[in-house]
Formats: sequence, structure tokens, C-alpha cells
Amino acid sequence: MADEALFLLLHNEMVSGVYQAAEQGEGENGRCITKLENMGFRVGQGLIERFTKDTARFKDELDIMKFVCKDFWTTVFKKQIDNLRTNHQGIYVLQDNKFRLLTQMSAGKQYLEHASKYLAFTCGLIRGGLSNLGIKSIVTAEVSSMPACKFQVMIQKL
Amino acid sequence: MSRSAPRRTENHKINKDLFVLTYGALVAQLCKDYEKDEDVNKYLDKMGYGIGTRLIEDFLARSCVRRCHSYSEITDIIAQVAFKMYLGITPSVACRNSSRNEFSLILDKNPLVEFVEELPAGRSSLCYCNLLCGIIRGALEMVHLTADVTFLQDRLKGDSVTEIGITFLKKLEEKRYRRKK
Repeated sequence: MADEALFLLLHNEMVSGVYQAAEQGEGENGRCITKLENMGFRVGQGLIERFTKDTARFKDELDIMKFVCKDFWTTVFKKQIDNLRTNHQGIYVLQDNKFRLLTQMSAGKQYLEHASKYLAFTCGLIRGGLSNLGIKSIVTAEVSSMPACKFQVMIQKL
Repeated sequence: MSRSAPRRTENHKINKDLFVLTYGALVAQLCKDYEKDEDVNKYLDKMGYGIGTRLIEDFLARSCVRRCHSYSEITDIIAQVAFKMYLGITPSVACRNSSRNEFSLILDKNPLVEFVEELPAGRSSLCYCNLLCGIIRGALEMVHLTADVTFLQDRLKGDSVTEIGITFLKKLEEKRYRRKK
């Protein structure tokens, strides 16, 4: 769908824009990642609201995570999460073997050091979505070989 | 997915929402970072330029537009093909002067402002959709056409419609020579 190209380009411009602004104003890497993550958070909150308007109530945490992996991911990234693992104690690992925002970048280890910049927004997206479903969490991402990446969700018990 | 048709259109809408919401979050963040409206507008235009220079390739690959022979053809294609493809709307085109190098795109429906009711207080000269101007400008430049693209009217600022003005700056005759090669 043509919309995808627009979002991909906007996302890339946002990442480069945030880092360019940081270069001029002595910001460090951490702050840029936080900015991007916060933007993703806002978007995730809004998206999940629109998305779950008519869906049935979720049974439990695992049900919510499965929803994120299947329906949410399919709508946003046109594919499902390839692997979901959990220790049943509040930690979930979502593995995507061909992450849409990284496929155009490289297919292996090239540019690995820059990958985290392009994952911050999506981490925020997941965190925002979960937050509006009543789950407080911390989401981090790791990449060992592009375009596969893993998102780790740590549920915070209130 | 074995869901019924309404679900599929809903998904398509969510996809568009993703872009619209992301754009909104971006503008909100820029308003926090920059105090002056002109800075935000300039930044949005610059970002749009970067996007436009890449989007044109995607556009030319997806659509099979033929060579254009006049500025009005180009503007028609922007309105009827490009806008339709990426934003799902078809603005109307109007020519603003007799030498046929100034055009207006009149949008009566703007998906980018779907969730925006009004500009925030103290931001009355913010061009919320300035990204679009940058995109058009960047895309045109990649096909060797320089143009000035600005917002002439904006619904968010109280005007009745949203109008984007495109002023082509380079003569088209030079292109004809290149085509003959």
C-alpha cells in the first residue's frame, strides 16, 4: 500500500532530524532515543484506542500480548510477529525476523550500530499501546543481524 | 485473515491513522522544541523536502505517468494521481495567472488534520501541513523543476478551504531539448 512508503520516509526523516538537531545543540544519544520513544508512545496510545474500539475485552496479559503480536503488528507492519516468548512472569520477547523499518537498511551486520535509532519509535509504539490497555511496561529492542530484531517487554507490576 | 470486509477497510484506515498520528506527534514535539512558528514551519518544509526527493522515485515506479508537456499537466498529475495515491484525496486544480506557471491545489478534505480541531494557543501562524509543501517541492526538484510551494489558505487558520500554491520557476523549454536526446 502506498501509505507505507509515506510512513517509512517520514520515520526516517524524523530519526535523522532528531539527530541533526542534537548535533547542533549538544544533545546526546540517550536524549534523542527518548524523544523518538516518546513520539512513538503518543502514537501508540492513539492507535490502540482506534484499533480496539470494537474488539472484545481481553482475558489476561498474555491475550493482550498475542493481540499485539498478531492483529496490531499486522495492521501496522503488514506481518505478524514471528516468535513470542515469555517466562510467564512479566517478561515477553517479540521477535520479528524481517522488521519492516529495517529491511531497506541492510541485510546483515552493516549499519548495526545505527539500528537502535530506528527501533526507538517502535518501542514507544508498543509501550504506548500497552499503556492504554492498562499495562505499564518498559520496552527495549535489540538487533543482532538486520532485518531481524527482538523487542523485550517488561511488565511493571503496580 | 478470515474477517469480513468491514474489518479490512478498518485496517486500511488504521494504516492511514498511523501516518496521521505520527505526523501529529512530530508537530507536537517540534512545537515543544522551537518557540517561533517560523522555525517549526521551516523545519517541516525541510523534512518534507527530504521526503519528497525520495518519494518521487516511489511515485514514478508505482504510477505509469507519461511525459508532461506543460505545467498544468504536471499539476493535474500531482492532484489526481499523487495525492490520490498517498493521501486518498483529490484536490482540485486552479490556474492563478495567465502565463500558466502559477497554480493552486484546493483541498476540501485534508486527512492530515483529521485529529486536529484547532491550532494550539499562541501558535496562530503555524502551517500545520507544511510538510506537504516540502514534499511537493522536493519531488519536483528531482525531476528538474524548481517551484515555490506555499500555503495560501489554511482551514486551521480560519479560511474556508486549504489552498496550496505552486509557482513554477524554471522554463519548460529546456526540458524539451533533454527529451530529444
